[in-house]
Amino acid sequence: MRYLPLTEADRRVMLAKIGVPSIDSLYADVPSKALLKAPIADLPDHQGEIEVERQMQAFANQNLGTASCPSFLGAGAYRHHVPATVDYLIQRGEFLTSYTPYQPEVTQGTLQYLFEFQTQVALLTGMDVANASMYDGATSTCEAVQMANRITRRKKAVVSGGLHPHYHEVIATLAKFTGFEIVSPQPAPQGGEDLMAMVDKDTSCIVVQYPDVFGQVRDYTKLAEAAHAAGALLIVAVTEIVSLGLLTPPGDMGADIVTAEGQSLGNPLGFGGPYVGLFATRDKYLRQMPGRLAGQTVDAEGRRGWVLTLSTREQHIRREKATSNICTNSGLCALAFTIHLSLLGEAGLRQLAELNHAAASRLADRLSAIDGVDLQTPQFFNEFTLKLSKPAAKVVEELAQRRILGGVPVSRLWPGRPELENLLLVAATETVTDDDMAALETALKEVLR
Amino acid sequence: MTTPSMPQAGATLSGNKALQIEEPLIFEQDAAGRTAVDLPAVPQHQERLGGLKRKQAVGLPGLSEPQVVRHYTKLSQKNFAIDMNVYPLGSCTMKHNPRLNEKVARLPGIADLHPLQPVSTVQGALALIDRLAHWLKTLTNMPAVAMSPAAGAHGELCGIMTIRAALLAKGDARKRILVPESAHGTNPATAAACGYEVDPVPADDRGRVDLAAFKAKLGPDVAGTMITNPNTCGLFENDIIDIADAIHGVGGYFYCDGANFNAIVGRVRPGDLGVDAMHINLHKTFSTPHGGGGPGAGPVVLSAALAPYAPLPYVTHGPNGFDLKEQDDGGTAFGRLKGFHGQMGMFTRALSYILSHGSDGLRQASGDAVLNANYILAGLKETLTPAFSGTCMHEALFNDDFLQGTDVTTLDFAKAMIDEGYHPMTMYFPLVVHGALLMEPTETESKDGLDRYVEVVKGLAERAKAGDTAYFEGAPYHTPRRRLDETLAARQPILKWKPPVEKQAAE
Ligand SMILES: Cc1ncc(COP(=O)(O)O)c(C=O)c1O
Repeated sequence: MRYLPLTEADRRVMLAKIGVPSIDSLYADVPSKALLKAPIADLPDHQGEIEVERQMQAFANQNLGTASCPSFLGAGAYRHHVPATVDYLIQRGEFLTSYTPYQPEVTQGTLQYLFEFQTQVALLTGMDVANASMYDGATSTCEAVQMANRITRRKKAVVSGGLHPHYHEVIATLAKFTGFEIVSPQPAPQGGEDLMAMVDKDTSCIVVQYPDVFGQVRDYTKLAEAAHAAGALLIVAVTEIVSLGLLTPPGDMGADIVTAEGQSLGNPLGFGGPYVGLFATRDKYLRQMPGRLAGQTVDAEGRRGWVLTLSTREQHIRREKATSNICTNSGLCALAFTIHLSLLGEAGLRQLAELNHAAASRLADRLSAIDGVDLQTPQFFNEFTLKLSKPAAKVVEELAQRRILGGVPVSRLWPGRPELENLLLVAATETVTDDDMAALETALKEVLR
Repeated sequence: MTTPSMPQAGATLSGNKALQIEEPLIFEQDAAGRTAVDLPAVPQHQERLGGLKRKQAVGLPGLSEPQVVRHYTKLSQKNFAIDMNVYPLGSCTMKHNPRLNEKVARLPGIADLHPLQPVSTVQGALALIDRLAHWLKTLTNMPAVAMSPAAGAHGELCGIMTIRAALLAKGDARKRILVPESAHGTNPATAAACGYEVDPVPADDRGRVDLAAFKAKLGPDVAGTMITNPNTCGLFENDIIDIADAIHGVGGYFYCDGANFNAIVGRVRPGDLGVDAMHINLHKTFSTPHGGGGPGAGPVVLSAALAPYAPLPYVTHGPNGFDLKEQDDGGTAFGRLKGFHGQMGMFTRALSYILSHGSDGLRQASGDAVLNANYILAGLKETLTPAFSGTCMHEALFNDDFLQGTDVTTLDFAKAMIDEGYHPMTMYFPLVVHGALLMEPTETESKDGLDRYVEVVKGLAERAKAGDTAYFEGAPYHTPRRRLDETLAARQPILKWKPPVEKQAAE
């Protein structure tokens, strides 16, 4: 077996040194009725690279990849071009096969990129401080609600109907088990929800998404002021981080915590994971933050260096009193994110964001000109909602039969709601070509006819 | 603290030391307007940003591609990695990460799938998840598995929520969870996060759960217990079946922390021990890379009693092929744990690893992992002080008695190992052993490599006993940075780069 260095001869010598007759005898503490005497029979035995690769390829062959057809899917996961450099660098073994940097003298590389990552996230979101990553945007947002509950000592979250339903459900799941309350208006692309009407003296936070799940871009400045006046925090979740290259950051609107999905930079769609949750807040809330933090310090010779710090918030020190139970986070995805952003730089990010907006705006023009198609979201970044003359799920299925991934039907996110049934979420990134747009336009006309 | 300095002959003008090259922050290499991407011109379009266009620059630095490549290459060279040498970090299972797994995870048709494509276009992806699920269920003899948890701690959350949901369905969530004092910090943190009171259970003098103390704490308000098996002392809980029976006897559930599953794969099936839920760290047992702290994946296998409460989403199999259940109208699923469907990239890697090893290879791997740990234990037991007598499972645990009277601490000892080219073992964990040194070699170390490792650790122990305390206190000497001041970092937190004051003033 190619991954096992021990030879039979090695094993014999080693067993003799230990003073036992066999490997099996090292399992003497296992209750004998639970100890298997031979390999599990109804599973296949070992195979070489050729066979394994062939089987994995067979799985891949049964799918329609977004790179092989016109694709307009978003709703919290976006296909972007990732420069070749990113994937090369993250596969360097010194990054890939290293553990959490608990021993700073031999992990200065990881610690320095985490420090740079934290700086980039704080800059993008317009916040004071960011952590070294969470699992994904949804869990990050859930942690933010818990943090707001701790800070305000209140137990009710007002959640916008424009928040991605997966994010909403993750928060609701925790709420159900720990006894905090969630109130929420119905989802609607037009918005118009009055969140402040739901805020009372028990409200710890208001959670909104920017741009919202329908793609609409909204100003939350007044909401932040009103929330603060009521003693609540404003949490802003961003599912498309590239948008902040072109949009006013939530920090400038008065957000107290900004959470985000960082997949768009550096990370493939990968059928939904692993992704990277971003988490940023104000300095005054630093000690209530979840997750790891890399910080600057000096070494014994006075040189600048990096360590994990403020770990008295974390589970390995604080145990049941920790701010979160998170341990392993999304280190390598954070590395991909930070490398991609380093490649882009200020100018590149701005241009990338503009290309996204231009693609979406042009596509919205083309599609909303079709009979039976209405644009529902007049202000957006790279994703918008259309109202079709037919149920969107059926339309998407028919488009897929023409090898076009035409968008995400809103009914996939909220099934069983007649008022949302005809809504289609369409995203366009820099990867979408004019030909792709023309293909979707033509096919949508046919399908709606 | 005395810190012997390097001999003057080592000093260089640049501060570099041959292959160790100093590297400033990415922000300190900025030139305005420079970029490492050449993007097309932005076409004509109607701006629809609703007056929310960004007014100020983000503040990101501009670099070219060669600069970026050098930056991260130099950073990478300041890291220790499994690819370099023995990485005996106990409880973390730092085994070889096969590159075939990386290759298949990047296949078009897998890496470029969107999670919300029509299920008719992702049948292969769902089949892949289903195949991995089949292996996990078979290896554990458990009837169900929740695939979506993102790491071990997230799996714990999944398991405890499942237990809470099952109890709530009977009308009583109960109050307490029994957690051994030797448990990893995530266990009590998870129980607390789910609204439970953590009731600690002491270890006995054999490093196992104190069965009498455990039984004494049982009662009708106990929701369950979280027990790591093999445990964090590297030992098999030989009373495990009694423990399971006892917790079931009061109507509670048995959560097993499966972080140490690597010791028993293909030899012991947790389902045969009375386990109700157990997470499997794919990033430990099934070789998906740790990546400097993640990502991981923590699928949770479930007993028949808990299976109905498993979270969304899950894969089902019907007449038209595979389907993905994302909603549960009136069902018993306890809810949702993360966005989308789980760590697909990790599933792909883990399945590739599992198919490579196969049933026979997985059993050999766990056996070799245990053999390697015992070989280290046998090699070091005269010089170091084993925490418990007898053989161990996949990791060897020592206390710091062998350092008594030397003024050398476990931490100092670990730092000296760094200079010898080894990553330190896990230190001061589990908490039940004084100055713990926990060594987990895994099955992917060779005998020669372990022989050299044992010689070095023995040599260091002898040096410590000989009274060379100052040497240990100053270690490490040969790393890109010497010992770092963690107190300063915590007292005056600097958590992001800020432009130097002169530059700010000039702007
Ligand atoms: C015994 C034990 N339990 C739980 C965990 C948490 O796993 P993860 O880091 O994947 O969240 C670890 C990991 O370090 C562990 O060693």
